Amino acid sequence: MTDAKYPRAEVNLDKCKGCGLCIAACPVNVLVESPKLNSRGYHYAEYTGSGCIGCGNCFYSCPEPDAIIVYLKNYNPDEEV
Amino acid sequence: MKKTVLRKPKGFIDVYKYKPGAEKDRTHYCPGCGHGILHKLIAEALEDLDLVDETILISPVGCSVFAYYYFDTGNFQAAHGRAPAVATAASRANPDKVVISYQGDGDLAAIGGNNILQAANRGENIAVFFVNNAIYGMTGGQMAPTTLEGQVTTTTPYGRNVDTDGYPIKMCEVLSQLTAPTYVERVSLHDAPHIRKARNAVRKALQNAKERKGFQFIEVLSSCPSGWKMDPVKSMEWIKEKMLPLYPLGVYRDKGEDAKITKRPVPVMEPAAVWEKLGISAEKDVDFPRGDVADEYKKMSIRVAGFGGQGIMVTGQALASVALEYGYNVSWLPSYGPEMRGGTANCSVNIQDGTIGAAEAVKPSMLLAMNRPSLEKFEGSVMPGGTLLYNSTLIDIKPERTDIKVFAVPITGIADDELGNIRVQSLVNIGAYAAITGMFRVEDVITLLPKLFKGRKQAIIDLNAKAVKAGFNYVKDNF
Repeated sequence: MTDAKYPRAEVNLDKCKGCGLCIAACPVNVLVESPKLNSRGYHYAEYTGSGCIGCGNCFYSCPEPDAIIVYLKNYNPDEEV
Repeated sequence: MKKTVLRKPKGFIDVYKYKPGAEKDRTHYCPGCGHGILHKLIAEALEDLDLVDETILISPVGCSVFAYYYFDTGNFQAAHGRAPAVATAASRANPDKVVISYQGDGDLAAIGGNNILQAANRGENIAVFFVNNAIYGMTGGQMAPTTLEGQVTTTTPYGRNVDTDGYPIKMCEVLSQLTAPTYVERVSLHDAPHIRKARNAVRKALQNAKERKGFQFIEVLSSCPSGWKMDPVKSMEWIKEKMLPLYPLGVYRDKGEDAKITKRPVPVMEPAAVWEKLGISAEKDVDFPRGDVADEYKKMSIRVAGFGGQGIMVTGQALASVALEYGYNVSWLPSYGPEMRGGTANCSVNIQDGTIGAAEAVKPSMLLAMNRPSLEKFEGSVMPGGTLLYNSTLIDIKPERTDIKVFAVPITGIADDELGNIRVQSLVNIGAYAAITGMFRVEDVITLLPKLFKGRKQAIIDLNAKAVKAGFNYVKDNF
């Protein structure tokens, strides 16, 4: 297990509709359904905090444009415009 | 450039400002809906291929009717099933743009079945994304043409019976029988590897579209958890287990390097260019100087109404044709039943200097009623202070309105008794109109008769000239 900051998945918890497709698509099982509800009443997905391999499966499986962001291995926040 | 982060693509509008209500930061789609996945693939490809500002997306009827909330492209929202026809027009008029037709299976394969077939057969420069979820999703899960054999839907509670409902239509197979399509592929969204294949297909179709390589068709097997009454993850399994055997994935047509770049004549849209093409001068061709017209008759909206066969349409056409020669803008709008004779008929004529908006004379400034039912039907619609001219030969009642000017003229009588031919009533009308409004001079109208009655015998033209004079004189002598 690496403690590198990236890759990392980030769920916009209020935009998540709790469909579970990202959780099913994750090959390393680092996304889980939260026992908590978001403001819209869904059990949102959340990243366990480590182990993401940056494959992007969750991003492409998620039907919501802005519910999941995946920072890939070579991501550098300083390069963001 | 290699991506370092996967996030909401720029093909989407940042904040969904066109979406009503408070939730402008997320889609209206149900949890787990395949539309959202495909939207993301398209939006990402539009960004990566630098097509966001070069694309016109046609949204259909169905859940994706609101695609224009999300995509930061140009948009037309088409009538049910007509997206390929609208896309054809958009593409022909904008040959330098990428045109996407986004459609569901009810829209594309049922009501729009022939639309897609003909657009594909013409090889239009459009990219079609066809979302097949085997039901009508938006309306509550009814059977669609793509519904599987035995599948339970709200309209097939015992399962689709092929003996009564036919077989599922396989659009990729159907369209790949045609010569014109460039690229036809069926993909699926049921798991991550297949979503990646779908992503590649979307990108290829849009790349082809960018290069104007004709008709691109991507069928996307997609889930409708709400309509199928399953949770989203089960829905994906259902695609794999039930839909894939019937709808085999793969490329059904790929012309590859052989794809022809089709250049079509661009339709002429500018009014001046259209006039030139038609050989019409853009300059107004004024044959007659105008006389003194009272203010109340300078902007005319006229309803002419009567029996079919009473010359209603000819009266309207003659009013418009003569006014045109005085340099007015005119319109003529007929309204009649299927009968050629008998039945009721009416038409609307507008004569004015400004631009004419609605062609129908809903509140006419003048009503020309040739029979009693027409008077009864339209008298109330005349605008206050307007004018009523009615055929007193056939109308044996008095008008009820007191706030309008009334001219009772025995039009049929003048034509039949005085001139001996009932068919010249139309030009009696024109004469009466000229006398009331001062808009036309009798001699001008008579000069125009050979043009209005082109190819008719001189005797007919002479008789109509008499009719104009008779109508004019009756009004002058009696009012």
